[in-house]
Amino acid sequence: MSRHPHAMPALVALVAVGGACGSIARYGVSHALPAQDGLPVGTLVENVVGAFLLGFLLEALLRAGTEDDRRRALRLGLGTGFLGGFTTYSALALEIHGLWGDGRIGLALAYGLGSVVLGTAAATGGILLGARRSRRVPDPHDAGPER
Amino acid sequence: MTLALVGLLGGLGAAARFWADGWVRARWTTRLPWSTIGINVLGSLVIGVLAGLLAGGAIPTNVYTVAATGFCGGFTTFSTATVETVRLAQQGAYERAAVNAFGTLVLTVVAATLGYALGTAIGS
Repeated sequence: MSRHPHAMPALVALVAVGGACGSIARYGVSHALPAQDGLPVGTLVENVVGAFLLGFLLEALLRAGTEDDRRRALRLGLGTGFLGGFTTYSALALEIHGLWGDGRIGLALAYGLGSVVLGTAAATGGILLGARRSRRVPDPHDAGPER
Repeated sequence: MTLALVGLLGGLGAAARFWADGWVRARWTTRLPWSTIGINVLGSLVIGVLAGLLAGGAIPTNVYTVAATGFCGGFTTFSTATVETVRLAQQGAYERAAVNAFGTLVLTVVAATLGYALGTAIGS
């Protein structure tokens, strides 16, 4: 029986390196894109772009065939590590809390719901693009309800 | 210096997320992605505590930045949560997809709010 990936030090280290790079990139984007009239544009952009890229990456890897070591390294390093670290739920939640506390209820709701709706649309777009550019294109529903 | 520490703590946060997610998934198969939900709620609680401590003057800004932007940011993830929502919808589980998307949003904001109250109480 093979060990679970999360128990393999080399893979944990790979996720950590990806997460470090993603976190530094997020820090940079947040500084480059400060809040506009209270709207945290930086976090919004990071989360929507990150959701798109993760959808694309995971779908492209899924359709590339059985996961070998290289594909697993890409999934864990770029996906779980970099894009997981690049996007953030904690900042989103805290920013909504802050806007709500400042009495900007409408903006808090728009930011929260807007992030979820735009993020979901972006991830869907990424998945569709990842499926489309793949050469082996099974019906997306073939992946089945068990996946 | 802050940038390097944000990277270090962000890497630790991502590794902790990978480990916690794998630990949960190795034990339970659930109809909702509870490991990601739990990770995002826990990270939101912690960032709330940190923000409360910062507001009360209990920790300096650079410590807050490294712990909040680094660790909590690396630990929590919006991209995985969102892709999991789309996967549920692709399986036709639209209700669970909606519950995952909006439930995570509500729970994380509640967690951040509780954490902030806790942090200001500790810090004062």
